[in-house]
Amino acid sequence: MTQLTMAKSINEGLRRAMADDPKVLVMGEDIGKLGGVFRVTDGLLDQFGAQRVIDTPLAESGIMGTAVGLAFRGFRPVVEIQFDGFVYPAFDQIVCQVAKLHYRTRGNVTMPITIRIPWAGGVGAAEHHSESPEAYFVHTSGLRVVAVSNPQDAYVMLRQAIASNDPVVYFEPKRLYHQKGEVDLDVDLADAPPMGLARIAREGSDVTLLTYGAQVSTAMDAAIAAEDDGVSIEVIDLRSISPVDYRTVAASVRKTGRVVVTHEAAREAGVGAELIASVTEQCFHYLEAPPVRVTGHDIPYPPAKLEKFHLPDLDRILDAVDRVLDRPNSLTGAEVPS
Amino acid sequence: MMHTLSPTAEPATDIDDVARLVSPEGERIADRELDPWVADIDAEALRGLYRDMTLVRRIDTEGVALQRQGQLGLWAPCQGQEATQVGTARAFRSDDFVFPSYREIGVNFVRGAVASDFVLAWRGEAHSTYNPYDINTATPQIIIGAQSLHAVGYAMGIQIDGTDQVAAAYFGDGATSQGDVNEAMVFASSFRAPVVFVCTNNQWAISEPVTVQAKFPIAGRAPGFGIPSLRVDGNDVLACLAAMRWAVDHARTGNGPVFIEAVTYRMGPHTTSDDPTRYRDKDEVERWRRRDPLTRVEALLRSRGEFAEEFERDVAAEADRWGADVRSACLSARTKQPIEVFDHVYDEPHVGLDVQRAHFAAYLDGFADAAAGGGAR
Repeated sequence: MTQLTMAKSINEGLRRAMADDPKVLVMGEDIGKLGGVFRVTDGLLDQFGAQRVIDTPLAESGIMGTAVGLAFRGFRPVVEIQFDGFVYPAFDQIVCQVAKLHYRTRGNVTMPITIRIPWAGGVGAAEHHSESPEAYFVHTSGLRVVAVSNPQDAYVMLRQAIASNDPVVYFEPKRLYHQKGEVDLDVDLADAPPMGLARIAREGSDVTLLTYGAQVSTAMDAAIAAEDDGVSIEVIDLRSISPVDYRTVAASVRKTGRVVVTHEAAREAGVGAELIASVTEQCFHYLEAPPVRVTGHDIPYPPAKLEKFHLPDLDRILDAVDRVLDRPNSLTGAEVPS
Repeated sequence: MMHTLSPTAEPATDIDDVARLVSPEGERIADRELDPWVADIDAEALRGLYRDMTLVRRIDTEGVALQRQGQLGLWAPCQGQEATQVGTARAFRSDDFVFPSYREIGVNFVRGAVASDFVLAWRGEAHSTYNPYDINTATPQIIIGAQSLHAVGYAMGIQIDGTDQVAAAYFGDGATSQGDVNEAMVFASSFRAPVVFVCTNNQWAISEPVTVQAKFPIAGRAPGFGIPSLRVDGNDVLACLAAMRWAVDHARTGNGPVFIEAVTYRMGPHTTSDDPTRYRDKDEVERWRRRDPLTRVEALLRSRGEFAEEFERDVAAEADRWGADVRSACLSARTKQPIEVFDHVYDEPHVGLDVQRAHFAAYLDGFADAAAGGGAR
């Protein structure tokens, strides 16, 4: 065990994956000499050379499309998209090629590409640097989508994503990059929980709180605060948002009968909508109250000074918990157009 | 030194401003640069190219007919482009890797596709048939220009592996407006990747003339990316072979990417769903008919007394066999089982999709029970 930041644990994940498998290479903008704008690829160029640590031209579709060609050739590219809001030029290659080539070729061509995306808000950044585009990828069959919430998961799940023969979109929350945690770098990857499994981050009995990514720590804070109020919240870190581990989710909901989902991404047709639809299908007769979503508003990401009013914070989560428990809450007596 | 660069050529409409070894009338034209690349092409080899083009045309004709008869959902004809496709594709080694677009019937023929490979996708039975690694040719790409990047990435992989293969991408004049093709040239140039871009300028992107895509010869763009290029008569199979041999050799010997613009014409519609009479005039089509890639090789061979009746008969018979094989592959196709729609979405087990698959299987089984007299569901 060692104390590492998430950025460093991802760096170690890349380093060890590259050391273990000569077919693994990393590519993206500024990832070589600079070590990435977040220094996640720091030192890799010196260790593995420019053929496996590729500073690419500034063109995201080009990065993704050449990664497809490298995968055709048998490589396992790990692509860094510099910021969440820069992924859209690569969207066509991701949706039409990365996600579909295995299906198109009836399994003859695999696309073991890991798409790393520094992700989401709360870091006071400029426009296009704080987005949560995960639902687009969750909606795209052929991809797996994961979001990490702590340095240990970041390390293990990155190794698993790189080892997967399927393409994986790997979301790493920017605001956790410098947060330290215990990391076991020598963990046996085969023994570690698969990236598709959810993790019960905190056990509880009154409300199931579903979330992923950086929002897990906000959810944990909310659960601790609620405990003082006599409310027991079970926090589930989904880890994988496509596919979702509904076995773990449903077991929790059947126990608590109440569900709150929180994510930074906007609400409309978001991951929360899918979670609640599926939970309702699977657990309808166990539900004691309508499930509630606490999400970013359906707005473009606001200017940095206003982002705290957009991101679902501890108080908004607790307000939603009050709603599912039918306790006084922000909507009590309020006339809100439905 | 001049710091202002101006286009010096007018639109890409001068179809005779091309490298050429055989005139439309079938006369052999000397070309100091290209001749050495086809010095080994004797009468027999030339007949081989004629044979390839004839078979490709026959496959194409059969495809159109099958679509008209309701046996195929769609067909993208390649008539008129046989020289471009056969001539360039004959320059590859079998271990080179080719990324074609959906119209490259002749390229896939040369690469080793079999009869069923030409029809099953258009019939809607499968998105692809052959295993790309069996003939080192990717599944024909439908997204315009996307494959240009795949070829560059593959070529970057060749560099890492240190082999002397090359990769190639085929795309049309319309694709040159796509970001992907331009990004592909940037990447290829930056990494000096062993890749050849083959732009089939067939003058039309569905209804849009090439002048909508380019106000300057398309081949003229490549040097701006640091890539040498060559504009070749795409209806001259010998020139296409020579140009491509030069290009492939350039890439193979570590000199980086090359760009070939083959100037040709799409004699038919964009696809069988298209009606080209709405946007182009008959005179233009007739002008190009006189530049037919097959008749000019035939004329050259005849002028040398190398086009025997027996050869013509044999090729015609072989073409008919191909036509029959394509037809039979189409008509004998078996549609997959409903549950197989779930196959190969992922390489590894997927809990979400496995549940959907099991549910759909149970649903389908319900019909089996009913059919077996199991009563109402």
